[in-house]
Amino acid sequence: MNMVMRAAAKCTALALAGAVFASAALPAQADTLAEIEKAKVIRIAVPQDFAPFGSVGPDLQPRGYDIDMANYIAKQLGVKAQLVPVTSANRIAYLQTHKVDLVISSLGKNPEREKVIDFSVPYAPFFSGVYGLNGDGVTAAAGLSGKTVGATRGAIEEQELTKLAPADATVKRFEDNNATVSAFISGQVDYIATGNTVAATVAEKSPSRKPELKFVIKDSPCYVGLNKDEPALLAKVNEIITKAKADGTLAKFSETWLKAPLPANF
Amino acid sequence: MIQQLNFGDLLPYWDVFARGLVFTIVLTLTSTVAGLALGTAGAWARTFGPKWAGAVTRVYVEIIRNTPFIVQLFFIFFGLPALGVKLSEDVAAFIAMVINLGAYSTEIIRAGIEAVPKGHLEAGASLAMSRWEIFRHIVLKPALMKVYPALSSQIVIVMLGSAVVSQISAEDLTYAANYIQSRNFRAFEVYIVAAFLYLLLAIGLRALLRGIGRAMFPKG
Repeated sequence: MNMVMRAAAKCTALALAGAVFASAALPAQADTLAEIEKAKVIRIAVPQDFAPFGSVGPDLQPRGYDIDMANYIAKQLGVKAQLVPVTSANRIAYLQTHKVDLVISSLGKNPEREKVIDFSVPYAPFFSGVYGLNGDGVTAAAGLSGKTVGATRGAIEEQELTKLAPADATVKRFEDNNATVSAFISGQVDYIATGNTVAATVAEKSPSRKPELKFVIKDSPCYVGLNKDEPALLAKVNEIITKAKADGTLAKFSETWLKAPLPANF
Repeated sequence: MIQQLNFGDLLPYWDVFARGLVFTIVLTLTSTVAGLALGTAGAWARTFGPKWAGAVTRVYVEIIRNTPFIVQLFFIFFGLPALGVKLSEDVAAFIAMVINLGAYSTEIIRAGIEAVPKGHLEAGASLAMSRWEIFRHIVLKPALMKVYPALSSQIVIVMLGSAVVSQISAEDLTYAANYIQSRNFRAFEVYIVAAFLYLLLAIGLRALLRGIGRAMFPKG
């Protein structure tokens, strides 16, 4: 064996060893998108206890924004959707242990989560804001001057509102969400600081006093969660969401489940 | 295990506690005066008043004494606006307390009135006093004197019960405690301070009532 051939053999062996090593260290490199297309089924984690994103309807079938989104993505991929009910505590663990391919479970983004999983582009608006009645011209915190706003004591939006509200605005703090909502519906307060999902429920139950968004306090939209190192799947999901946003599908979901159009900056 | 106690975290909120304390004191004093007036009127209606007034009072007393205070409060604050009666949380709290104390004190004062010997009433009648004059001059004072300890207890109970008004966002002592707790999460320290303040309030209220009792009923 001459020197050149020996060197080549060494290189090949090293390369092989490297490849084996790499695949052992990164089993997730396997292309989940290809697997989904092969199996003709995508497993998606959805909530069942978080209306209007996911709950069990009167017909005992899951329904909600997340359910519609999951079915939409499966349809766009041309595969069957297998919905896996999860809770907010175990949804990321389901993804990490490969029990599901995607998490569509009103998942918000934060740095801790970004270390362990990847996020798509946002697919649903999720925010807290100040709501009031139609046509009072309030568009920012300064507009609350001299007005009374109800909020749930200790909630994020209450703490933020306490900082934002002008000095001569009154914040009435209630014990829980129900009391805050009751105060608004009964007319004890004309403004409430609450989440868009709560406002959607109020709009449905109390059409005569429909809460309308005045300004956003804290915005944390929902993202589809997926395992790291799945570039093909991530690109595909992003493409589907972008298309859904462009063709009005997301706007329709928003009207159906959140009783409001998509926010302008979404 | 208990975490390290730290009452220092409460110091920045002393003014919240102070405002809550003042609110509870003012609410208790005003609603006690109005509630006792209502109770006296109710007791009169049930013993000396016309039949219809007695019947109405009886229904009122039974409804209030047999329903929870918090439900009465929620009805006034969240329920009445549906009938077009919109009250602020402070006024709603005051009215709920007055109505509540009024019902209980009606029964307490009525018991005192019925304990006044019949002979005293007949003595008044034989002096040509009207029913109102008999009630005013012969019946009321000895009746109140007899039931004064029971009335005092009821007033303290109503004061402690006022903690519930925090549920409709009235900013009393309990509201202050809940508010501070939602900010610094020092539940143990916050509520032990609140409990201590209520204890002081109750002791102070009893002393005040004893003093008033001694002044009103010198022999009792």
